[in-house]
Amino acid sequence: MALVVVNDLHKSFGDLEVLKGIDLEIEAGEVVSIIGRSGSGKSTFLRCLNQLEHHDWGTIHLADQRLDGGAMSPGELSQNVGMVFQSFNLFPHKTVIENVMLAPVVVKQTPRAEARQVAEQMLDKVGMLEKIDAYPGQLSGGQQQRVAIARALAMQPKVLLCDEVTSALDPELVGEVLHVLESLAAEGMTLILVTHEMKFARDVSHRVVFMHHGHIHEAGDPQTLFTQPKTSELSQFIASIL
Amino acid sequence: MTDFTLWDIVRNLLLAGRWTVVLSLIAFAGGAFVGLMLTLLRMGGLWPIRWLVRLYVDLFQGTPLLMQLFLAYFGAAVLGFDISAWTAASVALTLFTSAFLCDIWRGCVEAVPSGQWQAARVLGLNYLQSMRHVILPQALRLAVPPTVGFSVQVIKGTALASVIGFVELTKAGTMLNNAAFAPFTIFALVALGYFILCYPLSRYARYLERKLYGAGSR
Amino acid sequence: MTLDFSTLLPYLDEILEGLVTTVWLTVATTFVGIALAIVVAYVRDGAPGIASSLLGAYVEVTRNTPFIVQLFFLFFGLPALGVPISATVAALLAMVLNLGAYTAEILRAGIDSTARGQHEAARALGLSRLQSFRHVVLVPAFSRVYPSLISQCIIVMLGSAVVSQISVFDLTYAANFIQSRNFRGFEVYLVVTLIYLLLAVGLRLGFEFVGRRLFAFRQGGSS
Repeated sequence: MALVVVNDLHKSFGDLEVLKGIDLEIEAGEVVSIIGRSGSGKSTFLRCLNQLEHHDWGTIHLADQRLDGGAMSPGELSQNVGMVFQSFNLFPHKTVIENVMLAPVVVKQTPRAEARQVAEQMLDKVGMLEKIDAYPGQLSGGQQQRVAIARALAMQPKVLLCDEVTSALDPELVGEVLHVLESLAAEGMTLILVTHEMKFARDVSHRVVFMHHGHIHEAGDPQTLFTQPKTSELSQFIASIL
Repeated sequence: MTDFTLWDIVRNLLLAGRWTVVLSLIAFAGGAFVGLMLTLLRMGGLWPIRWLVRLYVDLFQGTPLLMQLFLAYFGAAVLGFDISAWTAASVALTLFTSAFLCDIWRGCVEAVPSGQWQAARVLGLNYLQSMRHVILPQALRLAVPPTVGFSVQVIKGTALASVIGFVELTKAGTMLNNAAFAPFTIFALVALGYFILCYPLSRYARYLERKLYGAGSR
Repeated sequence: MTLDFSTLLPYLDEILEGLVTTVWLTVATTFVGIALAIVVAYVRDGAPGIASSLLGAYVEVTRNTPFIVQLFFLFFGLPALGVPISATVAALLAMVLNLGAYTAEILRAGIDSTARGQHEAARALGLSRLQSFRHVVLVPAFSRVYPSLISQCIIVMLGSAVVSQISVFDLTYAANFIQSRNFRGFEVYLVVTLIYLLLAVGLRLGFEFVGRRLFAFRQGGSS
């Protein structure tokens, strides 16, 4: 069975129905890019996957376990699903290593020495080991985002959600973050990304999902999807961003 | 000892409460006038004047109001005047209020973007004209909420006049308590009196502030 | 008009005793009052309920009544209800409650200005509301409102002059005491006022010193 199984997901904000029944299965080790116009519901969908938004209808299973509807505590959730945000959201008063160690120590109750070891390992993975004692305010956007990735990984989640993680970065800093994601993909990490980086979606992901008006409008392997879009909406979208 | 009914207590407190209101009004009006003069001096004057105003503000903000009252009371005696508690309280509270308002208003004037000064200068307005037509109208808008908010501090400050013997709400409370000995009731009523005066002003200040800065703060 | 400060000299001990009382009352109030404010701000930041409403009422009543009335209410009122209380305890309690209410409101402004992303990041990492408040929200909130906090602590220290009115031997009580002996009111109050001024300056410097260490993350940082 697939690692993530999403069944008939619905979500409304007031009268506005943002998700109109999403079904999606994601295998372990798969890299899935979600694309679509703003307002298509892609970010909301991502935020439902770790319950930052509570959906109105439908179910989400992770490794055969129910994830939504309060079935998992926030602590359990964070050990299953990690998230990286567009605006990094590092904690400004904590150093790089403290940012990464916080959740393992506080939520997972990992002994500090062990948590530090894991944190250093993760920071090494994102190439931020030498900035361990810096505060976020002293780092570039790209560096902050790499720390944010390490922070999410330190909880050793089964899936990593990335919500437009390069959109707030200066163009010259996008590469270093994408590079980290690429190496994670190569290691077999399951990644679900909402992204505007079409080149990355095409080159790195195994599957691309195009969302439109709260539905999954089209999905498939990146090569076919980008070169032979089946629907006019997708071909218009592709035309508009190229 | 005479028996006091609740009504006796309330009536006496209400009568004394009038003086709390009057003293507050005097301190606020006097303080606003002196404070405005100080603000203008501080914003425009020569550096020794600006420095003196700053010292004045720091002195009043850095010392207890109670001491300011004592000093006004005893200072007048040293100068050879025999002033009443009433005068001493009015003077001390006026000076106290002026220092705080000066500080609040200076902040508001400084909060007007410097581009406004430059724009006014470019148009050929001199200092006073820029101040009057460009800066002050904008600063005034910013100044209203904190000024209303500070009026609450003035009202509460008048309670200290009781210490130098001025009979207002608090002094009436202690006097009544000496006679009737019902401290819990009496001081609760005294507190209620201040609350009735202050709370609407606090709410109003908060409302104005929210209106000024939008719905950002709850 | 002649000023004569030499008549103060025999009373140095009293001034010192008063100074010590004022200082320890201020220091104790600062710690306990801020701790109280943190609890109040945390409860009021949560879902509306009885506790939140009661604490809201406490904050509003305290902020809209004079400190001297609060002091009298506690010192005279509590014994009348059968709760014996010494002048010193009443003074400390009144000061703590006063600083707690103001600081809770100051802190609330800092908490309210916490970026939404900070809450979301904390939630995504699995932190509970209390953990998030403690580890994520609190320190940056304090750093944002620190100047107001300093001013408030100074205001409470200066306001403590009023505890002399219930015979706590603080700096002002010492001044009143000396004045009643040497009848040099103006000189005594002038000297004691200057001591208060120095205390206010010292308190501010101390706070700024602590702040530079506590909020080191702000230096060179934009967020």
